[in-house]
Amino acid sequence: MATLAPQAPARARASRRSRHATLVAWGFAAPFLILFLVFMAGPIVASLMMSFTDLTTRDLQTPFNVNFVGFENYAELFADPRFVRSLLNTAVFVIVGVPLTMALALAVALALNTGIAKFRTVFRVGYYAPVVTSIVAIAIVWRFILQPDGLLNGFLGWFGIAGPGWLQSTTWALPSLILMAVWRNIGTLMVIFLAGLQGVPKEHHEAAMVDGANAFQRFGNITIPAMRPTLLFAAVITGIGFLQFFEEPFVMTRGGPLDATLSAAMYTFNQFGFGNYSYASAASYVLFLAIVALSLIQFRLLGKKD
Amino acid sequence: MSATTKDTAVSDAARDAASARSTSTGSPSRRRRRPRPRWWLYVVLTLGLVAMVMPFVWMLLGSFKTTAEIRQYPTNFWPIEPTIDNYTQLFGRLDFATFFTNSIIVAVFVTLGNIVFSSMVGYALAKLEFRGKKVLFVLVLGTLMVPGVVTFVPLFVLTANLGLVNSYPGMILPFLITPLGVFLMRQFMLSLPDDIIEAARIDGAGEWRTFLSVIMPLCGPAVATLTILTFLGSWNNFLWPLVVATSEDKYTLPVALALYSVGQNAAQYGLMMAGAVVVVVPVLLIFVVLQRYFVQGIALTGIK
Repeated sequence: MATLAPQAPARARASRRSRHATLVAWGFAAPFLILFLVFMAGPIVASLMMSFTDLTTRDLQTPFNVNFVGFENYAELFADPRFVRSLLNTAVFVIVGVPLTMALALAVALALNTGIAKFRTVFRVGYYAPVVTSIVAIAIVWRFILQPDGLLNGFLGWFGIAGPGWLQSTTWALPSLILMAVWRNIGTLMVIFLAGLQGVPKEHHEAAMVDGANAFQRFGNITIPAMRPTLLFAAVITGIGFLQFFEEPFVMTRGGPLDATLSAAMYTFNQFGFGNYSYASAASYVLFLAIVALSLIQFRLLGKKD
Repeated sequence: MSATTKDTAVSDAARDAASARSTSTGSPSRRRRRPRPRWWLYVVLTLGLVAMVMPFVWMLLGSFKTTAEIRQYPTNFWPIEPTIDNYTQLFGRLDFATFFTNSIIVAVFVTLGNIVFSSMVGYALAKLEFRGKKVLFVLVLGTLMVPGVVTFVPLFVLTANLGLVNSYPGMILPFLITPLGVFLMRQFMLSLPDDIIEAARIDGAGEWRTFLSVIMPLCGPAVATLTILTFLGSWNNFLWPLVVATSEDKYTLPVALALYSVGQNAAQYGLMMAGAVVVVVPVLLIFVVLQRYFVQGIALTGIK
């Protein structure tokens, strides 16, 4: 709203107009804003406050009639070996699952981007299909696939390998869930990587080819650096998703055997179920901080300028 | 945009996006010189594809098998005596018709809400100048990072105090808006030229008129993407309905499936497989038909 002649009446008119514009704009935003404050921003703040109190089920009708306990919930959390275990499980899930998903998705994206002309849509639909489906339904199907007498062990039997009872084994349960999560998330990253590969300048590749660089050198020196923002973005959203690991253990293992697949989100949910509301809130905030921390680390590692 | 068979996967995706958006901002696809397709790439990709779709095939075949047949070892791949008993039981004894209806009701209202509210606030954020705009946008973006579990305890307390536990409003209200929807609509509206808004203003249209008669008709592709993503998100949503739906008549499909799969029905493999089919196949069909919008939505927002 630049006024060409900064005279007093014109300025007053302009400011009146901008006030009107602001009013109209907030009119457009109002319905969203009300819902946002009540159902998102409010609960986010309330959760933080709750995590410093001793709110439980009995206070449900009078949620403000509770005591402030400081960091007691947090101290209690970290003194609970089950919570620490759930954090470690979640960390393993993220540390193994995120790079594995990214590597496989990048391989698929590169393959689809390199001279696959026929059936491209078929491949894209096939690899992306797990993304759109209900994780609960998929978890149930995988539970049967991973049975001791299930499809996977039947397949391994062809090669003379006697597979374990995947979900009943404290060693194999978590890897099984990681396998399933990787399977489910390849499609999302494949699409993001395909879009990212579009931004790699082909002139660079041609110049490198003229200079005699082979495919691996071109991949390492041209594709990867050009893809850095895309890789960062993919790492952050996948990291956030994997840290919230919940449905898989809920449906497939209930966190067992012997807490081998208990995730932080699952622990939080259990505490909520026991009615330990403030304690569950504290756990959810620990998870949130872990998400922020992971994202910052990823920005640090991948976000640096060349 | 070229439609020759020679263009790459990427320009294919670009063409999808471009044909779906009325105003393409991307550069015209330049022909890339590609090495000829190598047979081993097809082999590797096909093997991967088999691994990706095998669970779906297994699920579909399993839903027509008896429990005894699934439990056989080694297992049959094809059902030897195909049966639809699992489905009749599902809709007869377990009442999946009700859960299906619940899922539809919740998803329809959630989707409508997201379209209306996201479009409105998206318009303000993309095309209007006002005080507090930056704050509002940062607030919306910031919420994207907060995991669902952080809000659900207070959300439950709030829902309980409003008396909305085990009700449709309790399941719908918290999802009427999503930061992602706002982000998506804003991004799309930014790509619409300001000239058309100026033209509408010169013709004497107010902001609401401009929004409804000029902007919204141009937002078809974005609304399509938003519809698909929110419907899907709601259909597959699990944690909140699990907490709020406390009696069977309010279960949504994923909740019913998850709760039945750990009860006495858990041993009935065929039945659970059929349940999974009922949850998965509708969205899988929608996806296959509308896959270009999915891909575009993912590329646009990067979040499933």
